[in-house]
Amino acid sequence: MAIESIAPAGQDASGHFGPYGGRFVPESLTAALDELDAAYHAAIVDPEFIAELAGLERDYTGRPNPLTRAARFGELCGGARIYLKREDLNHTGSHKINNVLGQALLTKRMGKQRVIAETGAGQHGVATATAAALMGLECTVYMGEEDTRRQALNVARMKLLGAEVVPVTAGSRTLKDAINEAMRDWVSTVDRTHYMLGTVTGPSPFPKMVRHFHEVIGREAREQILAVEGRLPDACVACVGGGSNAIGLFSGFMDDPQVQLRGYEAGGDGVATGRHASRFSAGSPGVLHGARTYVMQDEWGQTLPSHSISAGLDYPGVGPEHSWLHDTGRAVYEPVDDVEAMEAFAALCRTEGIIPAIESAHALAGAMRLGRELGPEAVIIVNLSGRGDKDVETAAAWFGIDLAQRP
Amino acid sequence: MTATLADVFARVRTEGRSALIGYLPAGFPSPGAGVELINAMVGAGVDIVEVGLPYSDPLMDGPDIQAAVEQALLAGATPDVVLDTVEQITAAGATAVVMSYWNPIERYGVDRFSARLAAVGGHGVITPDLTPEEAGPWISATTAHGIDRVFLVAPSSTDERIATVCSVTSGFVYAASTMGVTGARTTVSSAAPELVRRTRALTDLPIAVGLGVSTGAQAREVAAYADGVIVGSAFVRRILQAPDRAVAVSAVADLARELAAGVRGN
Repeated sequence: MAIESIAPAGQDASGHFGPYGGRFVPESLTAALDELDAAYHAAIVDPEFIAELAGLERDYTGRPNPLTRAARFGELCGGARIYLKREDLNHTGSHKINNVLGQALLTKRMGKQRVIAETGAGQHGVATATAAALMGLECTVYMGEEDTRRQALNVARMKLLGAEVVPVTAGSRTLKDAINEAMRDWVSTVDRTHYMLGTVTGPSPFPKMVRHFHEVIGREAREQILAVEGRLPDACVACVGGGSNAIGLFSGFMDDPQVQLRGYEAGGDGVATGRHASRFSAGSPGVLHGARTYVMQDEWGQTLPSHSISAGLDYPGVGPEHSWLHDTGRAVYEPVDDVEAMEAFAALCRTEGIIPAIESAHALAGAMRLGRELGPEAVIIVNLSGRGDKDVETAAAWFGIDLAQRP
Repeated sequence: MTATLADVFARVRTEGRSALIGYLPAGFPSPGAGVELINAMVGAGVDIVEVGLPYSDPLMDGPDIQAAVEQALLAGATPDVVLDTVEQITAAGATAVVMSYWNPIERYGVDRFSARLAAVGGHGVITPDLTPEEAGPWISATTAHGIDRVFLVAPSSTDERIATVCSVTSGFVYAASTMGVTGARTTVSSAAPELVRRTRALTDLPIAVGLGVSTGAQAREVAAYADGVIVGSAFVRRILQAPDRAVAVSAVADLARELAAGVRGN
């Protein structure tokens, strides 16, 4: 597609990215979404809000986080110059904190006392529980029962932070069902509750608002790469579940057509097996959780279960802006299967002394592929969206490390 | 062709009562039993049937309907089962509308779905998660095939919003009585009369109230101010609790009789 035609549309007034996005919600939520939209637009031009959020990002999250040159890992990427955007070093261990601090401040501005959230891997749930504790808000987190087992450590963290964790036993008992349950709670309690949706999906204004709070990733990365390399990168690489960390990084380079944007989805057991979360390889446009976007669905429009070793990428939908970037060709999306992701996971541990989240390992695997394609002159930024502490048990099982055995 | 929505509301008005609208998902607990249960409901006094299209992510539904649609999907419910159900209950004389989340209709094709529904005798579609802003192609397709479009208003809707919703609605307006999901409640929300009053000031369409109505007494209370009374979860719960199909059929008929008395002020 010609460069002229791929300028990202951003979002129109009614919340669409091309044909994607919009609002497909029960009428009961319309007033709350309008209120949120108004509060969001008022806040982001209010110097007091901007200063308060910037202060929290600096003093609480620990921003700016570094852009780390990964020279030894780069040798495994065709010798490309690999830089890691260190969202893993944020307080709570992932990029998720960027969004929740913004939304928690908005919650207080709207005069609401309670926040609810969905979580898959638990990172967004932990971030939400953290922000709620910091700002004195009640907090309930919905988590698929299956995920509460896979991510028991994060369940404990949320409880320590004072949140109520509700295991969801409906449907497939994963992230998609946790979102359904959070929506049901929200419809019933909307006058005093804000739904802190954790990614760039959902009805408008969530996709644009969550993107806004993650744009700090791209802003910092752009400044940092220009300072160290004196030029823009050849590519920006991120994993894509709902797609918030990817949008955050991509946003800093969207208008630079020479910078390739690459998103890596969960290939699970392999796209051919049907057990994956590769919406762009095996999904089609549909409506899920309030937005039109690519969805894994059957011929009748029933949502199909997704699968990935990474709970955070295990979701059958994707942010509507990614659907638009995919269709226009501005960003390219490819699956990375469990095996390839875990190889990259191990590689980063052994070459850089950094244990990544398994979600982020999908981006690292993408960088290994892309680096070999682009060669040693290439400069590639990889969003290291989270750290791997939460995944130690999964990784130990994968690599056959016996946790019970004494050294 | 069975009575249209307009016919039914005109008739009940002359009878000085409200319409009783009963919901059951198609194919629940199986395609055959689903039709028998709906026919029992109609035989016992339900004026309009809402045939639910089972969907994997029913985010406006409470536990009873979630359980029912899950069973229906496992038993093989598809949009074609929904259309077959409409065809069979229409042949038995029912006035039928479909209740569906948006994605299955979009996937089926908005024009194809409207055309097929009209062909099997269905009269309208209730779309709980379709907003007027996203309804452009749907409005064209339903208009072309003579299908009524039922949109929802809620206690949180502004008057301006209610006017917008009513401007694209036909057949009747669905007033969600409460801020919440479907499910039987011990009391019908006090927000419902006010919502109906505000809506009536902005439209001449009949207004039906749903969410939370489960007993004859509640139906009588709602019938005092609304043109229609919608009951879903209470029927579903009777079926979920029944040990076998015969008990389910008589339980559904018993409830329909109780509610039918209620909408007549008895």
